[in-house]
Amino acid sequence: MDNLGTIGTTEEQIELLDVATNFCRDKSPVDKVRGLIDDDLGYDPSIWKEIGELGWLAIAIPEAHDGVGLSMAEVVPIAEQMGRNLMSTPFGSTTLAAQALLAGGSEAQQAQWLPKIAAGTAATLALREENGDWDLSNIDVTGAVSGDTVTLSGKKQLVQWAASVDLIIASVKIDDMVRFALIERSALADGALRRETVIDETTRSYEVTLDGVTVSVDALFDADRTRETLEKIELAAGLIHAAEMTGGAQAVIDYTLEYLKTRKQFGKIIGSYQALKHPTVNNYVEYEKARTHLYSAAHSWGEQGRGEVAVLMAAAQAHSSYATAADRSIQFHGGFGFTHDCDAQLHRRKAIMGGALIGDAAYQRSKLANLLFD
Amino acid sequence: MAGKPSAAELKDYTEQADAWFKENTVRDPGFMLPLTFMEVSTDQQFDFLRDWQRKVYEAGYLGASWPKEYGGGGLHSDYQRAATRAMKKYDAPIMLNAIGNGWAGPLILDLGTEEQKQKYIKPMLSAEDIWCQGFSEPENGSDLGNAQLKAVKDGDDYVLNGSKIWTSLGDRAKYMILLARTDFDAPNKYAGLSFFLSPMKIDGITTSRIKKLTGEYGFVQTFFTDARISADCLFGGEGNGWSMAMKTLEYERGAKVKPVGGFFVKELDVMEIVELAKTSLRNGKPLLDDPVMRDKMTQYMIDIQALNLNNIRRRMPQLMQDRPMGLPLMNKLARTELIRELTEFSLAFQGTKAGYYVGDENAVDDGYWHRSYLNSFSATIGGGTSEIQRNIVGEHALGLPKTR
Repeated sequence: MDNLGTIGTTEEQIELLDVATNFCRDKSPVDKVRGLIDDDLGYDPSIWKEIGELGWLAIAIPEAHDGVGLSMAEVVPIAEQMGRNLMSTPFGSTTLAAQALLAGGSEAQQAQWLPKIAAGTAATLALREENGDWDLSNIDVTGAVSGDTVTLSGKKQLVQWAASVDLIIASVKIDDMVRFALIERSALADGALRRETVIDETTRSYEVTLDGVTVSVDALFDADRTRETLEKIELAAGLIHAAEMTGGAQAVIDYTLEYLKTRKQFGKIIGSYQALKHPTVNNYVEYEKARTHLYSAAHSWGEQGRGEVAVLMAAAQAHSSYATAADRSIQFHGGFGFTHDCDAQLHRRKAIMGGALIGDAAYQRSKLANLLFD
Repeated sequence: MAGKPSAAELKDYTEQADAWFKENTVRDPGFMLPLTFMEVSTDQQFDFLRDWQRKVYEAGYLGASWPKEYGGGGLHSDYQRAATRAMKKYDAPIMLNAIGNGWAGPLILDLGTEEQKQKYIKPMLSAEDIWCQGFSEPENGSDLGNAQLKAVKDGDDYVLNGSKIWTSLGDRAKYMILLARTDFDAPNKYAGLSFFLSPMKIDGITTSRIKKLTGEYGFVQTFFTDARISADCLFGGEGNGWSMAMKTLEYERGAKVKPVGGFFVKELDVMEIVELAKTSLRNGKPLLDDPVMRDKMTQYMIDIQALNLNNIRRRMPQLMQDRPMGLPLMNKLARTELIRELTEFSLAFQGTKAGYYVGDENAVDDGYWHRSYLNSFSATIGGGTSEIQRNIVGEHALGLPKTR
């Protein structure tokens, strides 16, 4: 099978891994994560500012647009360490919006937005709808073109960090074709955002009502870039969520190990019992597979054919290993595991959210099968 | 010691080796060839593989980089590597004398006396002297350090009493590398062990063949009843048995003694299972159109690719910071369990044909898949069961407290 890639790293990637490992651990201790659960904004603005100053939003943006000119491969270690430390910010959604602009935006649209994003302006994608379908092209929000104006109608769901962004890139149907529209959040009506109650309490998610919102036809991506944009969004989202979930899997396994090494029952440290030890080893093996796939996907990013296969494998393995490790973490913490105070639930909920946003492990596998066997 | 070959010299040698294996390799002798040295069942198989090893050795493609004075070729190890690559390229049969060439030979070359080297190395390379290994005992499988076979010094002899099990080629071997207890009062169980190069064809040593779950033979149990061996058979000194036994395992990596060459085990090519899945039918339609089979096969592809890439990643320290021993320690567990699952899965492709076994003309691929599945347990049980492996990973990679 020639669409199976290999694994490798870049120097910049490993430098970023080192820096991000320390930054995310220092800036996002779990008491801070828990404190932000009850915060409206959901993240620390000073950390968001630091992320911008570190240039992390500029990594995969070309130098011509004030970016660093690297690729998503170098974004991976950052997203991984953020996921590992449950550091929630609009980093992922903003990175994905930039990738969408790179795939589908005109030169003028890129020039308008990419330098701002590179400098720290938050952005997001609005893709999901009432039908709950992971298929990005199955949408009902419409845009009606009249002269130079497009009038939108319908609702988008699960729009991450919508209240914090300047730019929302939404998929809409115009003349029965999927198109992408650049919407400035300031153009939304009062009350257009409804904060959703989502399973992951560390993120912020909104339903966005687009009824009556108008954008200029200049704010649409070109129709013949739609397919490329959809593919790029899917690929970038798969990679970035795989990175977050792989980091999360490592964290929840470490968290479980800590308990297994200290908790005593029947006079013994419970980690000495094989009933707990062996499944924990199994979960660890699955996590290491996920990390291998993650860095393989980062390495294969940009390789036609191999990139898609590698990202789908990474996303599938990350979701399944994260979900299982967190599920067992709840169980192995016994009574404490049933409480909100136990961090296992933070991870279990986040894994569900990750699957909901990009498609769960089984969905990733069904897409992968088409590439491998057909 | 011979120097490193120039590119041109190596190219010439490689071409010669390729030509030789192309011409001389017999892949289908008309009966099923064992995939590993542990599966040699019939006289026909044994004779064929013994002849094959001798032929390869005499052509200079085995032991090519072992010292010339003891029967090797005296060449740089790049030559042997080229010869081994040629064997793989032409899908040559395995080398039979695995314990001799892979374990005993390197140990003797590393630590043996001149006399031992002269005596043992050449006939081991030519497969004239077959070697076997006596480590595991019926009551001490996973707990090798607790071996109880008794070796009592009596004049110029040691007297052996006890039993060893899972001895591959035990009924054919002339010598055994033997782990025995010489001191029952040692401060710990390891310190009481000694290591012997023991003859097999002597009074007091008998073997009994073990019929495997596949229906084939391949292992024996060896019984020692007042068997007398010369004290010269002691290797490494009394009380050093455990460290000698552990050393035999180290030679596989080829750091101290140049690898003898060839291979003793043919790895199952997992991609063959993928091909079988792609070409199988269910209800008249491609098997992989069935959503359940399709999803399972896809998960296995993810696993296969992960383990293949793990082998690359484990040599990348930049991606191994947190638990450097994790990937190396989990490899045996993950690989052997995956092969067991995959070979079992391959039976599900076969519909009613899954009912046939080796020997029936209706069996798919002559029963290869069933036999592979049943034999896969040799790897999930042998060399430390998967359960022991999980203890090892849990304790040494994850830092969990010991189970015992």
